Amino acid sequence: MVCIKQVPATTAEKRYTADLRLDRAAAEAVINPLDEYAIEQALRLQESGAVESVGYLSMGPEQAAEALRRALAMGGDDATLVTDPALGGADAWATARVLAAALDKLAPDVALMGMASDDARGSLVPGAVAALRGVPLLSYGAELSIEGAMARIRRLTADGFDIVEAPLPVVASVTDQVGEPRYASLKGIMSAKRKPMETWSLADVGLSADELHGAAMTRVVEARKPEAKPPTERVENVSPDEAVTRIVDWLAARKLV
Amino acid sequence: MTYRPTTDHDELRAMVRELADERVAPRAAEIDASAEFPWDLKELLAKQDLLGISFAERFGGTELDNIAQAIVVEEIARADATTSLIVIVQKLGALPIMVAGSGEQQERYFPRLASGEWLAAFALTEASAGSDVAGIRMRARRDGDDYLLSGSKRFITHGSIANLVTVFAVTDPDAGGRKRLSAFIVETDTPGFSAPRLEHKMGIRGSPTAELHFDDVRVPVANRLGAEGEGFAVAMATLDRSRLSIAAQAVGIAQGALDFAVGYAAQREQFGERIADLQGIQFMLADMASGVEAARQLTYAAAAAVDADAPDLAYWTSSAKLIAGDTAMRVTTDAVQVLGGYGYVNEYPVERMMRDAKITQLYEGTQQVQRMIVARQVLRRAGVSRPGR
Repeated sequence: MVCIKQVPATTAEKRYTADLRLDRAAAEAVINPLDEYAIEQALRLQESGAVESVGYLSMGPEQAAEALRRALAMGGDDATLVTDPALGGADAWATARVLAAALDKLAPDVALMGMASDDARGSLVPGAVAALRGVPLLSYGAELSIEGAMARIRRLTADGFDIVEAPLPVVASVTDQVGEPRYASLKGIMSAKRKPMETWSLADVGLSADELHGAAMTRVVEARKPEAKPPTERVENVSPDEAVTRIVDWLAARKLV
Repeated sequence: MTYRPTTDHDELRAMVRELADERVAPRAAEIDASAEFPWDLKELLAKQDLLGISFAERFGGTELDNIAQAIVVEEIARADATTSLIVIVQKLGALPIMVAGSGEQQERYFPRLASGEWLAAFALTEASAGSDVAGIRMRARRDGDDYLLSGSKRFITHGSIANLVTVFAVTDPDAGGRKRLSAFIVETDTPGFSAPRLEHKMGIRGSPTAELHFDDVRVPVANRLGAEGEGFAVAMATLDRSRLSIAAQAVGIAQGALDFAVGYAAQREQFGERIADLQGIQFMLADMASGVEAARQLTYAAAAAVDADAPDLAYWTSSAKLIAGDTAMRVTTDAVQVLGGYGYVNEYPVERMMRDAKITQLYEGTQQVQRMIVARQVLRRAGVSRPGR
């Protein structure tokens, strides 16, 4: 089961609502690019026969169904979307609670995720889901393999690889080391329309809005653009000696040489 | 008649554009410079099911409607005209089998073409028979259960790399102009077939344009398309439909040049301002954009006419190819103008696009031939009997 998140494209112009939430309707949405590596890893496991089926799970607004449809176009069998008005503004904790509850129902051998989301970059959800479900976490895998009842990851370290394994079921997250995600083929896009997709509410996964502390334990207090950098100073149309002198003076004034 | 793109079309366009932007566009300059066929991109297109778009699902294709097929060609051509020809010629080479082939012939060849395992080509033109199709000299002589094909073809796109070529040859030199020809499916590993020479071209340089020699090539009767003497009709039915792909290719080339020119104008500063702020540039961009849009809409109208198998579909496809080809030439030329001196050098892609655009005014019927077809239809509608030639 690959958990994916729909995020605004990095190139999309982002607008915020009055309560500082991202206006998702206004931004072009894509599958979180880091989740595409998880999808690729899952599909490779299915192609090699290591897993029987690949499903997708997402929590998000109704339009997150588009992200699930795109994932199904890349491959896999079915998808589940958990969507509920009470989930608006869900933070990493609320997301993990909902995903864990949904995974309890779906009971996959592996819940596979990208290492982080492109918009929030918390990297909290895989660990939180594993803790909530009481299953092992195999994080930051450069590759995931499954042999019998064991899952194993290769994790890149400063001086080599760690090989970490754990008995199924597990939560695993993978990095961009797994290899380039495939493009959806034309037949993939056409067949994705016929693959089953379920939509669940919060109640369907056995949770209530109250239980989720009104969805978020954190609150965004401010959202602003980074401050503009001062304009670039150019040294142009002068002799090489003069240019060197000016650049060295500039660096010296900032105590950089 | 409706020809508005649907949500499915938009989704298809997004898919092909992503692929073309990420994988085709970065290769375009190198393909042009080396004049080598991009086998890697042929494999990619096959893998993404884009070589099977015109084939029925029972043969492993996806059988897209003609607007969708035009969108695929358009989006690839926007990145690289040469690569778009891989999709275009796969259909062109197969069209004679689509319009005149038996069920058995289609079953025998379409699965390998739809998957991209085999490439197809279409061999009509000869050195002295271009626009004048009736001037074809290549012979096909009956010999028992076979025909022996002898003669030469010229300007055959993909002729040197195709596994299958649909070939037009004279079976009855004494018959009237339109009954002289018959059409055949030739597998290119048949003894006597060779592609001894490639052309050195101005544009679409990665697409091999071959001279083909047939030295008593033995072709079974089972590979004749339709009845003996129907070759001319098969060729015309093919070109009436295949021209649509060229219109789509021209729209794509023009869109690519327009997009690049717009991006450049927004960046380039002269006289202390962006050149995009200059009305002289703005007017050029406006003429380019509205021209591309008009060509695109006419191409989709023609696609709808082909989907409907309209009796006057040649009027539509010829009009579309005429307008789109001329638009591509004008828009790419103007894109070079917007870039000024930078447009003329190969540091930027617009000079390549300008060279590529020229072919759309020439192949699958010159613009003059398109005008003959359109005029004939216009006069016929007005009740003029047997207009012109």
